[in-house]
Amino acid sequence: MSATFLSSEFFHNYKRNLSAIAGSAILLAFTVIVLAGPLFVAQNPYDVAQLDLLDSYKPPVWLEGGDARFLLGTDGQGRGVLAGILYGTRVSVMIGVSAMVMSCLVGTTLGLLAGFYGGRLDAAIMRIADIQLSFPSMLIALFLMSAFGTGIDKVLIALTAVGWVVYARTVRGSTLSEVQKEYVQAARVAGLRDGKIIRRHVLPNVLTPLIVVATVQVGSFILIEASLSFLGVGVPITEPSLGLLIKNGFDVLFSGLWWTSVFPGLFIMALVFGINLFGDFLRDELNPRLK
Amino acid sequence: MANDMTVADALLSVEDLRTWFHTFSGTVKAVNGVSFSLKPGEIMGLVGESGGGKSVVGFSILGLIDPPGRIEGGRILFNGEDLVTAGEPRLRQIRGRDIAMVFQDPMTSLNPLRTVGEQMDEMLRLHTELDARARRERCIRMLEDVGISRAAERLASYPHQFSGGMRQRVVIAIAMLAEPKLVIADEPTTALDVTIQAQILKLMRHQIREHGASMVLVTHDLAVVSEMADHITVLYCGKVVERGPTDDVIRRPAHPYTRGLIDSIPNPEHRTARLSQIPGAVPDIRKLPKGCTFRERCPRAAAICAQSEPALTLAGERAFACHFPLQEGEIR
Amino acid sequence: MTAMLQVDDLRQEFRIGGSMLDRMRFTDGRLRFPDRRVQAVNGVSFAIERGEVLALVGESGCGKSTVAKTIARIYRPSGGSIRIDGEDISRHGVREMLPVRAKMQMIFQDPFASLNPRQRVRDIVAEPLLEQTKGRAARREVADKTLALLARVGLNTEHAGRYPHQFSGGQRQRIGIARALSVNPGLIIADEPVSALDVSIQAQILNLMMDLRDEFGLAYLFISHDLAVVHHIADRIGVMYLGFLVETAPRDRLFSAPRHPYTRALLSAAPSIEKTRPREEIELSGEVPSALDLPSGCCFRTRCPLAFERCKVERPTLRDTGGGQQVACHLVDEPERDIQ
Ligand SMILES: Nc1ncnc2c1ncn2[C@@H]1O[C@H](COP(=O)(O)OP(=O)(O)OP(=O)(O)O)[C@@H](O)[C@H]1O
Ligand SMILES: Nc1ncnc2c1ncn2[C@@H]1O[C@H](COP(=O)(O)OP(=O)(O)OP(=O)(O)O)[C@@H](O)[C@H]1O
Ligand code: SF4
Ligand code: SF4
Ligand SMILES: [Mg+2]
Ligand SMILES: [Mg+2]
Repeated sequence: MSATFLSSEFFHNYKRNLSAIAGSAILLAFTVIVLAGPLFVAQNPYDVAQLDLLDSYKPPVWLEGGDARFLLGTDGQGRGVLAGILYGTRVSVMIGVSAMVMSCLVGTTLGLLAGFYGGRLDAAIMRIADIQLSFPSMLIALFLMSAFGTGIDKVLIALTAVGWVVYARTVRGSTLSEVQKEYVQAARVAGLRDGKIIRRHVLPNVLTPLIVVATVQVGSFILIEASLSFLGVGVPITEPSLGLLIKNGFDVLFSGLWWTSVFPGLFIMALVFGINLFGDFLRDELNPRLK
Repeated sequence: MANDMTVADALLSVEDLRTWFHTFSGTVKAVNGVSFSLKPGEIMGLVGESGGGKSVVGFSILGLIDPPGRIEGGRILFNGEDLVTAGEPRLRQIRGRDIAMVFQDPMTSLNPLRTVGEQMDEMLRLHTELDARARRERCIRMLEDVGISRAAERLASYPHQFSGGMRQRVVIAIAMLAEPKLVIADEPTTALDVTIQAQILKLMRHQIREHGASMVLVTHDLAVVSEMADHITVLYCGKVVERGPTDDVIRRPAHPYTRGLIDSIPNPEHRTARLSQIPGAVPDIRKLPKGCTFRERCPRAAAICAQSEPALTLAGERAFACHFPLQEGEIR
Repeated sequence: MTAMLQVDDLRQEFRIGGSMLDRMRFTDGRLRFPDRRVQAVNGVSFAIERGEVLALVGESGCGKSTVAKTIARIYRPSGGSIRIDGEDISRHGVREMLPVRAKMQMIFQDPFASLNPRQRVRDIVAEPLLEQTKGRAARREVADKTLALLARVGLNTEHAGRYPHQFSGGQRQRIGIARALSVNPGLIIADEPVSALDVSIQAQILNLMMDLRDEFGLAYLFISHDLAVVHHIADRIGVMYLGFLVETAPRDRLFSAPRHPYTRALLSAAPSIEKTRPREEIELSGEVPSALDLPSGCCFRTRCPLAFERCKVERPTLRDTGGGQQVACHLVDEPERDIQ
């Protein structure tokens, strides 16, 4: 299996695509951060007992007044910026990935039903999708968050409400073309019920294009969540994501305490950049028309 | 090159053409040593199984091979000029005016956004000096020639307003407009119904004869070729396996593959309980066996066929590539 | 004995929606959105006996596939009856159809689209049989039967674990045939099973189908547009035009004495490598009418070289002309007009 992967065309193209390698390197680094981030710093930024107000607003080590314990400096509560970032990345990525999975489940199910049954059901689902698409997703998320209040679960619901449409449309399109194919008719002739036909025959054949959508969506969800948190309607103060860190730092940015917001900003940028680089590569590779 | 007529009296002479595709999974030698020639006024049928390289020969003549494909060797002499080395600007002059093309799917050669009249007019503007009035008259006459009634009105129609058969007529009309010397038709009727196919084939033959042009007719349908062509060239795995005047090749095939093809067509005149079949399938063109490429499916194969590849042998007007060609009247 | 398949006055109509804007019409001072209807099959009747091969021929869009798919109950018929072994299945639901599926299976045209690219060959072949089987022990037997079926169509055990893309067109068609055979059906509906194949492969598949017929006593509804193939395989032939059955006759009779002008045109147009018989060419002119807008009277009159007044007003029905031949043409009543 691995030998065939290493000699596959996919891997061959990957090896020659610098931005794909860079993208996946960035993603690999972030995977390590998410899985093992707390091991790199002594402090747990959420544990109030480990915070010391005397450590507040320390600059990064390489500047005058820097402290070796806090590589990238500290914020107003004496929390290490690096520690905050390592823990905050977990929150951001967790939210991005979970919201993507939820959107994917909801959107794919609705898309399958719409494409397979057509008619009124299809029209209803697609009109909702159209209405949804005619508002900027940020606006919808903002509206929902201000209605629900803050909280990770609420962010997830808001992101799913924004994100399912793209899956529903993609899946509906592929489903429409798959159900025309004779193998679906053959399944009918074999006596399969609709549910089984959808699960066994249609679903596996509409998933490939979703890989790209899902990858890129994690990036955009991380950004939306950051914006929500920045506006103060995202995650609660107790579990700051990268976006919330930027907001907290932003309040003191113009007092010259730039490190508290710039470093989380750089991290979020690198993360989304890596995701998009890799997503672009996947798109080119998985799109047969570009070949 | 091995050929029974001098290059001088041939309109088109393809000599040892090799067109390869360099893909990730290996080099596809789609055309690997194809030679034939065509006199003015002649129709040559290029037949063979799917993937045999027929279309690639057609595209090579038109200079339409894109990377990863490349013409690796051979010459394509058109009126004595080598098209392989001619360069794109010169080819662009030749395409349309001297060599026209008709493809299987008429929609690929018609622009859906412009009227038939505009597309015909453009052809004439590019390749003739006629004024607008004369061009319009010519277009109308041409459409009438291909059997489209109310031609003057039809000029204002868009391609989607025609049926499949009518569209193919329009494509033929456009192809014949600039009075080309050579028409390359790639499966021009495969997408059409038999009754429409019969009309289109008759029309094409008539147009070719009328204008004194020549045609390379690419098809997998031996029956169509036998009704249309003066000469037949049979391709198998990118190589010519047999070539000759149509009647000779159909009545007295020399190559076992040609014989097999002819026998596997059900024949209403002599119905048999079972069809005679060629066993096996076309080999993967990236992993061709050594020796004769038809070996694994050939009823006559012997030891030598595995070792040496048979060369194209000339016999009068005919040629075949086989160590043990069928003799006259011999059945397998 | 009841026929394997008996179809009476089968009709199939498709509603094509299109967007509201496309359908918008302003009539009688009111805005309407009429449905457009394709009348794909307009009252077709025929029967197939056990072990018999009936071929349906006709031009593209004349409704051959629709007849096949309606009989296979991929579509629900809009009218008429379909009897399999005497049982009318035209109104059956999925559950009632299940036992019928064991009597009737289908082979498809496109060797690439008719196999699920993400299923292994053994799962593809076993699918219809598994639907019919209950219990674990029985399921284990299915696996053995699958291998036997693959062997019967000329594939081996090693092929069972592969995916469809690893096969050539001819091999894929064999897989489709094995799938159809898995439930031991009495009737196989074959919709252009060899049209997408090269002639040399065509012969292999046709031979296989004929061998299977002799072995299992199968009846085929064989759909094709290739008259040479049809002549080879069929016992009886039905000619369709624009959703109507215009002529049916035993094979030899249809080829030697076609009565319907369309059948004659079809026979004369078929290219052949045999040039012994000089062909009387019957050139058809005029356009094929659309199934959206059927002509009045005879469906063929817009292209018929022999059409006369009556053809415009009265639709001919299938009439027996002896020797098992039935023709839907007014010339049967007025033979003096029939200048053959
Ligand atoms: N752009 C391409 N890249 C790679 N391989 C190609 C390309 N074009 C053609 N080939 C290969 O070249 C071979 C010959 O193809 P070609 O289209 O000439 O066959 P053909 O005889 O016209 O067959 P058909 O009857 O199916 O049209 C095939 O094996 C095909 O896979
Ligand atoms: N699902 C569908 N919805 C709407 N119209 C359809 C549908 N299926 C078929 N038709 C129409 O019904 C008519 C008959 O089509 P059908 O596919 O049965 O023809 P056919 O004889 O099998 O043709 P071919 O030789 O091209 O396969 C055509 O006009 C077609 O456009
Ligand atoms: S060379 Fe040998 S294998 Fe090839 S076609 Fe002739 S007899 Fe057959
Ligand atoms: S009924 Fe009239 S139009 Fe129809 S086929 Fe017969 S002669 Fe022709
Ligand atoms: Mg081709
Ligand atoms: Mg069909």
